[in-house]
Amino acid sequence: MIQDILVTGLVNGGVYALLAVGFSLIFGVARIVNIAHTAFYMLAAYCFYMLLVKVGLGFALSGVIAVAAVTLLSVACYWLVIEPVREHEAAVLIATIALALVFQELMLFAFGGHYLGIPSTLDGVASVAGVSIPYQRLLILVVAALMLVATWALLYRTRLGLAIRATANDIEVASLMGMNVNRVAMATVAISVALAAIAGVVVAPVFVVDPFMWLSPLVTMLAIVVLGGLGSLKGSLIGALIIGYVEAITVFALPAGAFLKGAVALSIMVVVLLVRPEGLYGVAFEEER
Amino acid sequence: MLRSFLIAAALAAASAAHAQGTVKIAILGPMAFVQGENHWAGAEMARDEINKAGGVAVGGKKMQIELIRGDTNEIQSVPDATNATERVITRDKADFLIGGFRSEAVLAMQEIAMDHKKIFLGAGAADARLGENVEKNYDRYKYWFRVTPTKSPDLFRSLMAVLNSIGDQIRQTLKKEQPKVALVAEKTVWTEPILKGLQATLPKMKMEVVGTWQPSALATDVTAELSAIERAEADIVFTLLSGPVGISLGRQMGERNMKAVAFGINVEGQKDEFWAATAGKGNYVATLDTYAEVEITPKTIPFVRAFKERYKKSPTYNAATYDAIMVLRAAMEQAGTTDADKLVPVLEKMEHVGTGATASWDKRHDLIWAVGRTAGIGVQWQDGKKVPFWPPQVKGMQPFKMPSR
Repeated sequence: MIQDILVTGLVNGGVYALLAVGFSLIFGVARIVNIAHTAFYMLAAYCFYMLLVKVGLGFALSGVIAVAAVTLLSVACYWLVIEPVREHEAAVLIATIALALVFQELMLFAFGGHYLGIPSTLDGVASVAGVSIPYQRLLILVVAALMLVATWALLYRTRLGLAIRATANDIEVASLMGMNVNRVAMATVAISVALAAIAGVVVAPVFVVDPFMWLSPLVTMLAIVVLGGLGSLKGSLIGALIIGYVEAITVFALPAGAFLKGAVALSIMVVVLLVRPEGLYGVAFEEER
Repeated sequence: MLRSFLIAAALAAASAAHAQGTVKIAILGPMAFVQGENHWAGAEMARDEINKAGGVAVGGKKMQIELIRGDTNEIQSVPDATNATERVITRDKADFLIGGFRSEAVLAMQEIAMDHKKIFLGAGAADARLGENVEKNYDRYKYWFRVTPTKSPDLFRSLMAVLNSIGDQIRQTLKKEQPKVALVAEKTVWTEPILKGLQATLPKMKMEVVGTWQPSALATDVTAELSAIERAEADIVFTLLSGPVGISLGRQMGERNMKAVAFGINVEGQKDEFWAATAGKGNYVATLDTYAEVEITPKTIPFVRAFKERYKKSPTYNAATYDAIMVLRAAMEQAGTTDADKLVPVLEKMEHVGTGATASWDKRHDLIWAVGRTAGIGVQWQDGKKVPFWPPQVKGMQPFKMPSR
């Protein structure tokens, strides 16, 4: 049973890490409370489904077009919805909830409530310590690792990354230093949505595509980013693995309570908020700086 | 001027319809989802067939069937379902109600229908309490009848009958005296009595229960559960799943090349879209079902073929709204009225040969269970096709297959 927990927790943690990296960037680093983040993930999954299954473009081309299209859409949404209310966090929160619901209803209107399946990019199954793992899940682990490294490099090895961190740290000082804070925020939204779209393309084949698929990851992502610490990519990775392992332990130790795994993740988030509000690797909240 | 003309035209049309006489039947279901689509499609087929033949003969007058589309959205929201029920009764003036899917919602919808003394023919929910209400308070709940499926204890009897036959096949092919069964049931109200029954009954059937896993009905990932089930070396994964988790389970079992076979209730597995939704990985998944091209009744095969021709897919059990409307027609023609209080005793005594079952009702207004009449059929996904395999005595059944070991 221990090897099952170790392997299952790692693989599921990898899936969460891929989803969390973009959310960590937008919510944790840039401090833009974009609730529509996972709705973009859902849109990318639908876009990928249409191009791959209905149009028959092939995995690579469908994936690239889906990511590019959703990223462009996010830029438009930034200008239309987020930028006008950027100064008011609560307004951004409400506006992006509305945006997510609009996307959900549009997909419900276009595709109905049908559950759609996307073929795996990689077929087959590997056996690790006697535990079966489909290749698609191993691919997710690899892509998650690459995206984490790429995001870290972007933030700490490029001028744009410096600008994103500076803007997140103190928007007024960044503006006084001559940075175009709106353009930096737009770039942050675009990059984080591109990461969500990549997650949609890579993760959707192991899940089911439906108009409500954005809700469950949103809650898990919030838990991971809060647990790992706002602003810390390393924290997001560790948070994703912890949630992956906690869920695996819940299922293995309490099979009849498997439905509680989401609730357990949320309970961890609440406990972390009470005991260590800055999370495992995060900096203190803005007011406390 | 134009407005006056339009109002006059509308009034003229309304009075013409009234003079001709219509029976208004509200079809209640989650219309954006497959269940509601099938509710509506089955009802449309019945309406068109009846109206084409001149309508329903009620007391010497031919009345046309008019359908009202009541989108309950009950998969997402129970309040939406009660609002829709209230609306079709009070605003749309429905004479009869047919449909419902999610037990939690239908229990609430039943209350509203009974408040208004409207006959409500259930075509989706299995919870036994819907029928128990009739027994406990007949005067209030007598307007409720269940057309499909059978109540959950009877679903349990059907499941046990099929499971027994699968167990025998496993004993023969694997030379295993006591097959191991993993129970996977979503955490919802309809699964609870079945689960309790399974845990008590399976040991008596010489089957070992290796564990019970209860994921959320909306879970999209059951890899942890399947890892544990593989580790327990289960031969059968017994499913009680109505949500998308049924697709995740089918697909992920296929991806892992699991040697266990899944059988039980998998509502998603009843749909034609299941194979595509599992990306072709749902082989060997078996479920209790209602419709296939087999002779459950003489009407089954013609109905399934006509449905496929019209809607380009197979009907799910919710399409038994067709049978519900035919039951109502027979009752109205026999009683010569649309009055609910006069129709109830007629329905109670009726035996109706429908497309999915040969229906008659007990004192709870639940279907009387019998194999080959109302117990349903067993179907299994085999290489992209949904193949019927149980009950074996029905003409057209094919062998049940096991994954190769």
